[in-house]
Amino acid sequence: MPRTLTINGQEISARNDQTILEAARDAHIHIPVLCHLDGLTDVGACRMCLVEVAGSNKLLPACTTRVQEGMEVRTDTQRLRAYRRQIIELLFAERNHVCAVCVANGHCELQNLGIEVGMDHVRYDYIFPKLGVDLSHERFGMDHNRCILCTRCVRACDQLEGAHTIDVMGRGAKSLIIRDMNVPWGESTTCTSCGKCVMACPTGALFKQGSTVAEMVHDAEKLAFLKAARERKVWNV
Amino acid sequence: MGKLRFATVWMGGCSGCHMSFLDLDEWLFDLAEAVEVVYSPVADVKTFPENVDVTLVEGAIANQDHLELIHAIRKHSRLVVSFGDCAVTGNVTAMRNPLGGAEVVLDRAYQDAQLLHPQVPHDDGIVPPLIDQVLPVHAVIPVDLYIPGCPPPAKRIRAVLQALIEGKPPEMIGREMLKFG
Repeated sequence: MPRTLTINGQEISARNDQTILEAARDAHIHIPVLCHLDGLTDVGACRMCLVEVAGSNKLLPACTTRVQEGMEVRTDTQRLRAYRRQIIELLFAERNHVCAVCVANGHCELQNLGIEVGMDHVRYDYIFPKLGVDLSHERFGMDHNRCILCTRCVRACDQLEGAHTIDVMGRGAKSLIIRDMNVPWGESTTCTSCGKCVMACPTGALFKQGSTVAEMVHDAEKLAFLKAARERKVWNV
Repeated sequence: MGKLRFATVWMGGCSGCHMSFLDLDEWLFDLAEAVEVVYSPVADVKTFPENVDVTLVEGAIANQDHLELIHAIRKHSRLVVSFGDCAVTGNVTAMRNPLGGAEVVLDRAYQDAQLLHPQVPHDDGIVPPLIDQVLPVHAVIPVDLYIPGCPPPAKRIRAVLQALIEGKPPEMIGREMLKFG
């Protein structure tokens, strides 16, 4: 059953199993995302895709909210813009993001969103946590300073590779991405070294060893390709 | 309207922002027509003057000298501009912050990393004492405008200065004006 709804006043028709994000994309309406990655299940964690839905006083994540008949959705109000900028600023304040010396400089989704939300400075105090870098794997590295805990690597490892090497330890801002029972990456017995986590990472947190400033180009689109190839036997290139 | 009284300051940064400023090449002649440079690392002026219209601050606040100067700058400048990533975010200058306070950082630089005659320079008046945590400029004084970039590209600097000379607020929108790094 198709559903009819409006997004920013524009009439949209969508399948009943589609999310607001999917319906908006089909209609070429842009909603910023960060923890969403095509090919992985959505978790609604980063809150970048929050939208206003008439009749709800809560803001709803477009990536995990299904369309409904007659829904009136707003994706780009002043309130949403203010929250989105706040979210990005808080992410920059939470860990040690130094674009100038980052492997992902120029290819970073966090950096791009900073530009999109108009961030010219961060209004919050930087926390400057002391965090480590894991270079124990022979091909890849993980810099926790640059991690935003989006869990795209966790989901790529679990849902696409099937290894579930990667998980999250701890609570809140002190959470850490770990391998197995928190062992150095190079000592993980379940990691297949497939590199899907590196492809999935939106920032410079996961990188190929030997990459220097601005050299790390992630290949996130390849994950959606893999999923389509595996599940639907579609090999569009 | 007379010439803008214009200052540039070099705090805890690498001077790359000033290098990028010099990359304005022949536009510097146009700039010289519109502003009077009253204080700058490229001008031999010892004390920060009064009644400055626009001050570009390169670098983060990293030591006692910066801390004192930045308050004088705020007091005597109509517009204070955080010029480049170190001023705006702390950037590379602030990468020492997770290590801890000033002493830990000095030990790391002068003791742990030295093979020959490790010693921390403590004599008064030699180098300004470090403050414990490096701060972006706006964490210390109110800032009127931010120019991100490490360094900000010359085109971005020019767009901002051109607007200020014309008495307009610069449009800090989009990749050309806002990309960090």
